[in-house]
Amino acid sequence: MTRQKRSRHGLKRAVAPYLYLSPSLLIIGLLMLLPMVTVISYSFQNSAVLRLDSSFAGLKHYQAIFADPVFWASLWHTLYFTCMSVVFHMTIGMIFALMLNSDRINPTLRNILRVLYILPWLFTAVIIAVIWRLLLEPNGVVNSILMQLGLIGSKIEWFSSPETALHAVTFANIWAGYPLFMVSLLAGLQGIPKDFYEAADIDGAKAYQKLIFITIPQLMPIIISISLLDFIWTMQVFPLIWITTGGGPIYSTEVLSTYTYKLAFSSYNLSQASASAVVILLISLGLTLLYIRYQKAR
Amino acid sequence: MTFRIKPAMLKMAAAAWLLGATSAMADTTLEFTQWWEPELPAGSLRKIMDEFEAANPGIKVTLVSGPYAATRDQISVGAATGTLSDVVGLDGAWVNNLNAQNALADMNPMMDASKFDKAQVADIIKVDGKAVMFPVASFVYPVFVNLDLAAQAGVTKLPSTRAEFLEAAKKMTHADKNQYGWVLPLSLQTPSGVQNDMMSWVWASGQSMMADGKPALEGKPVVDMLTFVKSLNDAGTISPGIATKTEQEKVEEFVNDRVGMMIDSLAHVNLIRKRNPKLNFDLIPVPVVENYNGKRGLPYASWGIGISAGSKHQGEAWKLVQYLMSEKVNAKLVSLANAFPGNVNAKPDFVTSDKAFGKAFEIFKTGYLANEFTGLPVAEDLMTQFDVEAQKMLAGEQSPEQAAANAQKGWTAKF
Repeated sequence: MTRQKRSRHGLKRAVAPYLYLSPSLLIIGLLMLLPMVTVISYSFQNSAVLRLDSSFAGLKHYQAIFADPVFWASLWHTLYFTCMSVVFHMTIGMIFALMLNSDRINPTLRNILRVLYILPWLFTAVIIAVIWRLLLEPNGVVNSILMQLGLIGSKIEWFSSPETALHAVTFANIWAGYPLFMVSLLAGLQGIPKDFYEAADIDGAKAYQKLIFITIPQLMPIIISISLLDFIWTMQVFPLIWITTGGGPIYSTEVLSTYTYKLAFSSYNLSQASASAVVILLISLGLTLLYIRYQKAR
Repeated sequence: MTFRIKPAMLKMAAAAWLLGATSAMADTTLEFTQWWEPELPAGSLRKIMDEFEAANPGIKVTLVSGPYAATRDQISVGAATGTLSDVVGLDGAWVNNLNAQNALADMNPMMDASKFDKAQVADIIKVDGKAVMFPVASFVYPVFVNLDLAAQAGVTKLPSTRAEFLEAAKKMTHADKNQYGWVLPLSLQTPSGVQNDMMSWVWASGQSMMADGKPALEGKPVVDMLTFVKSLNDAGTISPGIATKTEQEKVEEFVNDRVGMMIDSLAHVNLIRKRNPKLNFDLIPVPVVENYNGKRGLPYASWGIGISAGSKHQGEAWKLVQYLMSEKVNAKLVSLANAFPGNVNAKPDFVTSDKAFGKAFEIFKTGYLANEFTGLPVAEDLMTQFDVEAQKMLAGEQSPEQAAANAQKGWTAKF
């Protein structure tokens, strides 16, 4: 083989992996990077999208949203909504997973519960929003039951009252999202060697001690991974809040996604909407980096 | 086997191709983007376009149809990128933004050149002196009254003034039976309740929320309206869940005998009858302030039409607009849509065949169309701002005067 042929062969070998990767790189570039870069560029333009001759605006739109009290309220509501959702997703998911993994429950009942518990996962966000709107409307089933039980004296406007709306919408999201944790933790529970529990039994450990010193440490990698992913996904929830409350009453359920949507499609201020979207992107990016770092460390 | 083509056949084929190509080149294809087609009986808008094409040889129309929200977004982006269709369906709330983008053609020169009779159209929407939109079909918003609930409550005379409305609403309210006098949808998801269910009270009495083209929300008309709505709320006559209630839920409550009165689009008459064929209801104009005897403003939403400023076929586009605004075609279109005509001479057939529509048509003819949000900048945003202040007022956080002042501050920043 001549030197020329060898160098051509070497070049082919060097290029080959990139050629194999090129379809996916092209798709990622077109569908993810390009829109992202476009939105970032919009956030630095005046009258982005709406005018062909839009000019450079510097940090003006970022300053505008940071000066808007509704933005900070949205950020706080987003954090409350997300943190509460993740904590309760994890707690409920863990309780149900332990229940479904327990030998003390009759296998038939366990199978029925398995189907029932996973049901919320089968519904789309729109269906979940409609279900909870019907249940929590002032003349709905929840108020009727609570009044019959004597727990409330008058009808509560769950979604329409500024005092209860954020809690109500968070509750609906908790109901919708716990099956992810439940299924993941159940898989994790089934992977914990029985020897650990047998050794603990010999040592005379009680149930709660086995939970704290065996089950939870063994599930910790799953708990952390799923919690981070859930945090990222929940932070971006839009349809559930939009359909149940539209960000109201007043601004009590305004979250970053509804705030951004209103800027774009109600105020037609696509530059500020892009700036707000970039803020969401940065927060999500921070969490994603945390997730990647954790995965690498494992 | 050999296959021989005779020269005569070749010549004929060439001639046929040339003829086809020439006629294809001569045809102008107009693109018409709107949300009307999905809301009309299947194929009916296409049929009107086919008739237009037959009456105007050389012009073809391609319909680009979609749901309202998708059409709105498509038109916004089209205006920005210079790819707006030749003819566009418009909502009055969009025209200011589109005009700011120089996306809409001024139809004044077209009207003058074709000697178009301006008196035949119900309204011409102008922005900065430019005629940018005609309402083709109008969906008016009268008050629907559940006659059975009214009779049970002892309301013998349907309300004509605000005071009478408040009294009737009080009588029809039985919270223990989940029955209320009025329903007010103020969901921030679709803040059109501000326009249809709140400002309609102002316009009905011949009043205005504007002064010299600027917001005048702190004026007596708007403050009085807010005070009136607050009095209805304080009296417990409004169905609960105001802050998240949507228009669809409003109609559902009326259909299910849960509210006695609602302000709603005439377009919902058939829907209401379909959902509850036994519902006994009547239509009345929106009640007015005491001692007002003038013409009543009738709130409306419309299917508007305009021409793209960037269209290369504005002459042909104007022919299509003229066609849709002409007496007979307009009557046919609005009959299909259960709407009122954009051409004042057009008479839709349903007004003679249906008592409720007939009554509404009388209300329409004795009043005038009023919707001051038409042509305002970021109209939906203005409604959202007013909505938030109204919600604060109804939650007891501020007075009507404060709500009006805060909304005024927000609106002024947008003008």
